[in-house]
Amino acid sequence: MDTMRERFASVTSRLLDEDPRLAVVLAEIGTDGFAEAARRHPDRVINVGIREQLLVGVGGGLALAGMRPVLHTFASFLVERPFEQVKLDLGHQDAGAVLVSAYGSYDWPAGGYTHMAPGDIALLDTLDGWTVHVPGHPDEAATLLRHAVAAGDDKVYVRLSQQANAAGRPVDGAGFLTVREGRAGVVVAVGPLLDDVLAATEGLDVTVLYATTVRPFDTAALRAAVGPGPADVVLVEPYLAGTSTAYANDALADVPHRVLGLGTARGELRRYGTVPEHLRAHGLDPASLRERIAAFTGPRDGARAAA
Amino acid sequence: MTTSTAVRQRTPAGYDDLPRLMGLMTGDEKHGPAATSTLDALWVLYDRVLRVTPGTAEAPDRDRFLLSKGHGPMAYYAVLAAKGFLPADWLPGFGAYDSPLGHHPDRTLLPGVEIGSGSLGHGLPLAVGTALGLRARGLSEPRVWVLVGDAELDEGSNHEALAYAGATGLDSLHTLVIDNASASHALPGGIAARFEAAGWSTATVDGRDHEALYAAFTAPHPGRARAVVARVEPAYA
Repeated sequence: MDTMRERFASVTSRLLDEDPRLAVVLAEIGTDGFAEAARRHPDRVINVGIREQLLVGVGGGLALAGMRPVLHTFASFLVERPFEQVKLDLGHQDAGAVLVSAYGSYDWPAGGYTHMAPGDIALLDTLDGWTVHVPGHPDEAATLLRHAVAAGDDKVYVRLSQQANAAGRPVDGAGFLTVREGRAGVVVAVGPLLDDVLAATEGLDVTVLYATTVRPFDTAALRAAVGPGPADVVLVEPYLAGTSTAYANDALADVPHRVLGLGTARGELRRYGTVPEHLRAHGLDPASLRERIAAFTGPRDGARAAA
Repeated sequence: MTTSTAVRQRTPAGYDDLPRLMGLMTGDEKHGPAATSTLDALWVLYDRVLRVTPGTAEAPDRDRFLLSKGHGPMAYYAVLAAKGFLPADWLPGFGAYDSPLGHHPDRTLLPGVEIGSGSLGHGLPLAVGTALGLRARGLSEPRVWVLVGDAELDEGSNHEALAYAGATGLDSLHTLVIDNASASHALPGGIAARFEAAGWSTATVDGRDHEALYAAFTAPHPGRARAVVARVEPAYA
């Protein structure tokens, strides 16, 4: 199976043929995948060199000139390094773009912390009006990229991952999917962590919601899954633990509830190695997840135990 | 907003009206040209060079002017008012809660203003993207102008844009550098040398000399981006 990054190049190259408004801006990273598209559309596949502030500034300028820009590099260099460009050259200008990242939180552990951006979604959460897609499978990445490009002049972030679930799901670019139903709690699994969450909750009496579009947060789906409460909600996210906790709390403001936010740790690991090793270190492997989810949603003293 | 009672200025004003218009913002009727480093270069651009009017402010093939140095925009607002983009009676509200005229401009609040600016180092990259976008749309006529300050060129983002535009010969792009010698650590060899080294066509002129500015603004520069350095009185002399 191809990776999400490979799918990004093939799908976006096709979209460049179809949509004369579309432009792709790269900063050296990812240029191989767009070599053929660049030959066909030399004015709409732009490589600015290793210049990430310019990458985002150029995206803003393209949008102001009436284009739909897609900007791509690793998450560290796309969201973190040029963050003020994201804030001002897109948001403040009222200009839209599709930001497509790779590597995320732990996709290239051997590359070390310089190539990890576990805080990218939390950073975007400080800005207004961003749609955030976190696909869990290359087929979903293709679908969500098409949604992102077609979303008028919206600001959209698509977070691609090396980690993927075994099968794609019918994502719609808007809401959460209900994958499993249960009564003892609700687990929201984000993107590529779904398979591990399903393995971890096998035999547990919990609802599992699958989130690939995490902003806007699907308040209605969480409320429906929780019912009248009281509710135990676990968020399992492939980025900083607790990134979406405030959104879940706001969604359930009038429902008695507790929220456990699982994700990557804030502390820097300073370890290389492999993706499975990093998932274990963050407690995101199936065994760690099962232990933490079961402990949070399982029987305990009080009303639930009595019921 | 003050717009409800605004009466648009029907007759475009001239250069001699600029001190009065600036006085509406500052309260200083004697505001002379020397007080504002950008005033003359802005005037020559809007009066004789830019192909944009209040009637074509949204036209796809208009020339674009991006004020990157958003600090001290009184001269910019005065020129826009003189040319009829803004009603002159917006000017006294400068900086007030219900005024669209901030101490840094906001493109979403002001007709004819292409970018919101204030944070330094954003205009030139945005201008590069605008030039690329116009080319990708097949619009070969519009020119893109961006005004930066000499100290603003210290921002690394400007160096990224400067290097890229020079290397790719982005000839619809024009950078106007207002040089009031305000950079703490000036570029060795002068500002124009930095642009030339990156492959730009350059000129350095007296930023108060309207004919010299006009000649520099309109000189042909096929295949190269153009930088005009307009020297004015030092900021802190």
